[in-house]
Amino acid sequence: MFGLTKKDTGLLIVVAILTLLAPFILNPFPEGSAMAQFNAGYPDLMQRFVIFGIFAIGFNILFGLTGYLSFGHAAFLGVGSYAAIWMMKLLTMNVLPAIIISVLVAGLFSLAVGWISLRRSGIYFSILTLAFAQMSYALAYSVLTPITGGETGLQPKVDDPRILDAALAEGATPKANIFGLQMGQSFDLQLGGWLFTFNAGYYLAAVVMLLAFYLSIRIFRSPFGMMLRAVKSNQQRLNYTGLNPKPYTLAAFVISGMYAGLAGGLLVAMDTQVGPERMFWTASGEVVLMTILGGAATLIGPVLGAGLIKYMENILSKINKDVLHQWFAFLPDGLEDFIVAIVYPFVGKGWHLTLGLIFMAVVIFLPGGLVEAGQRIARLFRRKTQDKTTPAKTEPAE
Amino acid sequence: MSILEVKGVGKRFGGLQALSDVNLSVRENSVHAIIGPNGAGKSTLLNCLVGKLIPDTGSVMFDGQSVLGRAPYEINQMGISRVFQTPEIFGDLTVLENMMIPCFAKRDGAFELNAIPSMMGQKDIVERAEHMLTEMNMADKRHDHAAALSRGDKRRLEIGMCLSQEPRLLLLDEPTAGMARADTNNTIDLLKDIHDSRDITIAIIEHDMHVVFSLAQRITVLAQGTPLVEDDPENIRGNPKVREAYLGESA
Repeated sequence: MFGLTKKDTGLLIVVAILTLLAPFILNPFPEGSAMAQFNAGYPDLMQRFVIFGIFAIGFNILFGLTGYLSFGHAAFLGVGSYAAIWMMKLLTMNVLPAIIISVLVAGLFSLAVGWISLRRSGIYFSILTLAFAQMSYALAYSVLTPITGGETGLQPKVDDPRILDAALAEGATPKANIFGLQMGQSFDLQLGGWLFTFNAGYYLAAVVMLLAFYLSIRIFRSPFGMMLRAVKSNQQRLNYTGLNPKPYTLAAFVISGMYAGLAGGLLVAMDTQVGPERMFWTASGEVVLMTILGGAATLIGPVLGAGLIKYMENILSKINKDVLHQWFAFLPDGLEDFIVAIVYPFVGKGWHLTLGLIFMAVVIFLPGGLVEAGQRIARLFRRKTQDKTTPAKTEPAE
Repeated sequence: MSILEVKGVGKRFGGLQALSDVNLSVRENSVHAIIGPNGAGKSTLLNCLVGKLIPDTGSVMFDGQSVLGRAPYEINQMGISRVFQTPEIFGDLTVLENMMIPCFAKRDGAFELNAIPSMMGQKDIVERAEHMLTEMNMADKRHDHAAALSRGDKRRLEIGMCLSQEPRLLLLDEPTAGMARADTNNTIDLLKDIHDSRDITIAIIEHDMHVVFSLAQRITVLAQGTPLVEDDPENIRGNPKVREAYLGESA
């Protein structure tokens, strides 16, 4: 179906079901229960799951397939965001033109950056992309303040031109919408103790993410995708086989830059503001972590990695001392304080520490990321069922 | 008629004159061996032919066109394929994928942004690659990872990949280096088959005299960066200059 193999179609359908049912799946605990703080099914976070999923999917097309490690992809995300916000200021609060222009501008910018950075490979390429991203950050932060709003960033204002939109009613603020449907609009479903929120913005982002995911499957399975894997495997042989690696890597770079721009545009569509910190090098590093954590060069890995990191960033970081004391209240006082003192550095503001430990564990024990973990578990189950069904037939050991 | 014409090629690395005034003429559809002791400049010469190095002086003409200043992939597209001393293949890809890549290069040229069409639609490429694998006796290994192949199989695969591009000139850089006698003989037979079954010129750099005299119709002897003689095998065998270059003056 859709020009995919059975296996890939299956994966796409599973991902589609999971994304569309996310408001249910991510809210497994009833409101008001002690576990409710682990619910991730609120619009703000769900939007970030899918948007950073797009970012990581695109990054994986470059890093996973060609092996070129870009350390500056946040620059393309940021450029996309600025482009989108300007569309909202000048043209219309409809998110469609904003998203389209963010992809195009990020594509052009990544063409320029890639053209220069891809003259080198390995660590030098990474350093060049990092340098470009930090320059972009510095420009956005100070030099280009008239365009970027500097430190404070940009957001649509009541008196912006917006030539396509009708004048705002008295006292109204401009809100992002798609043909009138506001991104912030939500429908709440109360079922017993559970509350499920269906948000227009989330579903727009989710549909875009599914399209982006589908496109990435097509790229992975295309002759172009095979050439990119060949670039990673042996550039020398590629050169002596009559193929020019440079346009292949540049095309991969631009495609992944456009994915980043798309993510940037969607971020603005969901939350109409942008600041330079979006381009800071830690943001570039984050997408590298997402991809490796989930499983580089796998289709679904980057999405999983993005989900895990964003979940930890938003849920783990909310656990403060009071919450911990509540959890361990059943312990004797001295022991309670002791346990809280030990756990506290790993949660709240210290969630990066937990992330670092998980990342180390994954790199050392699961080089294939979460996807490899899943594969290992699946293999374990398969072996067990095989043992049960064919106990008499034992293969001789090699 | 000669398909490859090297005239007055010189190459200097710092204080070392690696090649000086090299002339070489490879006849179309012949097997031409380039031999010489270690450090004679054989590999440097080969690198000048495929675009890895640019000679300081002289000219290299392939089929009437200069190859100088062209990138390796452009020279390959002109019809020169190169087999490396240690097999260079795409280790992370399957054997079939390895074979498909040169087929794409042959069909689509140096770059083609075919990111949307699926692999399943590339019937002509798959067919051609399968055909080539059968010819190389590797069809049963088509879904293996290329990195997992034995050295002999890697060599066969690399030669097959080169042949699938239907090159007019096949350059081999010590194809039997480090091989056991049986593998060496297999490679000799393979190269003989290749030469007998198609219109192809083979130029081979080789250390092993057994290989050279089993295959070559014409031999160039290189010593200290310059050609000593170019002649037929029977005349090379007894040539005192060649013996001297290989064995030292006392011989």
